[in-house]
Amino acid sequence: MRFEPRGKVSILWTYASPVLAIGLTILGAGVIFWALGQAPGPAVATFLVAPLVQAGGLSALAIKAAPLIMMGAGLAVCYRASVWNIGAEGQFTLGAIFAAGFALAFPDLPGWLLYPATLLAGVIGGAAAAAIVAFLKSELNVNEILSSLMLTYVAQYLLIYLVTGPWRDPKGLGFPQTAMFSDGATTPIVVEGTGVHLGCVAALIAAIAMWALLSKSVLGFQLRVVGEAPRAARFAGFSERRLIWVALLASGGLAGLAGMFEVTGPIGQLTTDISPGYGFTAIIVAFLGRLHPIGAIFAGLLLALSYLGGDAAQIDLGLPNAVTSIFQGVLLFFLLACDVLILFRVRFGRPRGKPVGAAP
Amino acid sequence: MIFFLTAFFVSVTAASTPLLLAAVGELVAERSGVLNLGVEGMMLTGAVAGFVIGRLTGSAALGVMAATAGGAALSAIFAFLTLTLLSNQTAAGLALTIFGRGFSALMGAAYVGVKGPELPKLDAPGLSHIPFFGPVLFGQDPLVYASFAIVAGVAWFLYRTHAGLVLRAVGDSHDAAHAIGYPVNAIRLGATLFGGAMAGLAGGYMSLAYSPMWAENMTAGRGWIALALVVFATWRPAWLLGGAYLFGAIMYLSLYVQGLGVAIPSPFISALPYVVTVVVLAIISRDRRRIRLNQPACLGKPFYAGA
Repeated sequence: MRFEPRGKVSILWTYASPVLAIGLTILGAGVIFWALGQAPGPAVATFLVAPLVQAGGLSALAIKAAPLIMMGAGLAVCYRASVWNIGAEGQFTLGAIFAAGFALAFPDLPGWLLYPATLLAGVIGGAAAAAIVAFLKSELNVNEILSSLMLTYVAQYLLIYLVTGPWRDPKGLGFPQTAMFSDGATTPIVVEGTGVHLGCVAALIAAIAMWALLSKSVLGFQLRVVGEAPRAARFAGFSERRLIWVALLASGGLAGLAGMFEVTGPIGQLTTDISPGYGFTAIIVAFLGRLHPIGAIFAGLLLALSYLGGDAAQIDLGLPNAVTSIFQGVLLFFLLACDVLILFRVRFGRPRGKPVGAAP
Repeated sequence: MIFFLTAFFVSVTAASTPLLLAAVGELVAERSGVLNLGVEGMMLTGAVAGFVIGRLTGSAALGVMAATAGGAALSAIFAFLTLTLLSNQTAAGLALTIFGRGFSALMGAAYVGVKGPELPKLDAPGLSHIPFFGPVLFGQDPLVYASFAIVAGVAWFLYRTHAGLVLRAVGDSHDAAHAIGYPVNAIRLGATLFGGAMAGLAGGYMSLAYSPMWAENMTAGRGWIALALVVFATWRPAWLLGGAYLFGAIMYLSLYVQGLGVAIPSPFISALPYVVTVVVLAIISRDRRRIRLNQPACLGKPFYAGA
């Protein structure tokens, strides 16, 4: 078996590859469950189907998917420009911190002012974290992969410091958490009785906005060119620095916004665990969604399901919820493997035709 | 004072050794043109494999071997994806880290809070009991000495052997190396597996010597710091020694200062190694020329040999 270049990008396999990868991952999940001593069929059903069919399953999915879609769409833009921001988790955290700081400092402002300002604070927090990465990359040539990841750890410790120190709720019985946010700073519920909040709608809007930025604007065109053909971008006179800043501020701002919605919505206060690794999962969302902001919507829903499935596996099967990260990792493995079919076709047997320079 | 100094040097060595091991493996992989961002995942896999096998067999030595094999096994997945299937190396490395984190948590779930075997420290009669020099020079565990030997061996291999020259050639221009007839992918496979084995060994050091236990995510970003160290060393093995021991000292001091009960809040001190990493990267990377001169020219680029 060997791979033969197609000579062009296969549109069919660009979209078929994730479908094939998901199928293979489900099979793989069955094998893993079997290895853990579970009956594969029922265990996979518990993991992937049961969370959806139970009462409130779809709204739980929407709530989990919101931060993933929002961050995945932002990262898709960033990765298109070949800027490898893997610190969305830290940008999410800083966005949550900024939003919480504002909401706690001015709890009594009128809602029409407090809520938009809190939202803006979240965006600024995430963008600020990404701005450090952008500055380091554009001015000091620092690899963004390493700097964005290191800042994730720093943001995590800052969060721990704040909720165990100066921002800790004196009435919180010593738990590491802040006071609950005032009503004016709480993200409103959109569908009564389900918990589906404004952030779920905002995630869809964000994905569409990122798509418009990438596909319908000159700036988006420049981002794609600098990612695919940096030399061409240089000849065309596009400012690489500016594009680095745009890519990082867009993805960081959205990650901060996701953090803001998460703490002012489902959580309602700042605690030490505000994210089960959403920022890292969002990287998979971006790739599974073909680095396309709209694709991130579908990918975000699937990966949200992997979180619900992990909880279900923990409760119903008694497995550690680490199966979620295994599922996510295996999914990315299979996706990358299947992506070979986009540029290559599989051939069996010996190459046809004579090698160059062979005797006639 | 002598007690403090002895404790300081012994502890710094313990904190530096996993960084040094993981970084020297990654350095070899990167020198062949392979950027494997999965160091953290391979370290965690090595840590859990080492601990579980060590605990089951009661032998720390077997644990060390299992750790090495575990890291190498994970890197084999990476090699298949990036070398055979030409996947994006950045994405494949991240997948390795995400998978390794979950896999190690799952495998180690039953071993949290359990006591495991500890790698014994060297006890040379007479020598190990000399004040200061004894414990520092002759009283470390075997992997500390091994780490120095490996760094020296890698430096010798890269700069003094034909095979090392070929490996560097593959990293700097895979097309030229291929045209001469060198098996680019086989060489990269070997370098990747070595990188994985060293990351696994580093993880095994964490769970069998540094703190003989298993805890979820116990490497706490050391794999990423090791990646940064390779840049810090500008891809030269001798410089890794300085870098790894600098970071080991910072990690130890941050623990030590917390123990003293200084007025600085402890999360700030815990964050220090990560902040220092960024600062050091900025200082090194600022000099674009130096990076461009030393960075393997084909780092992270896929290689397709043609039909």
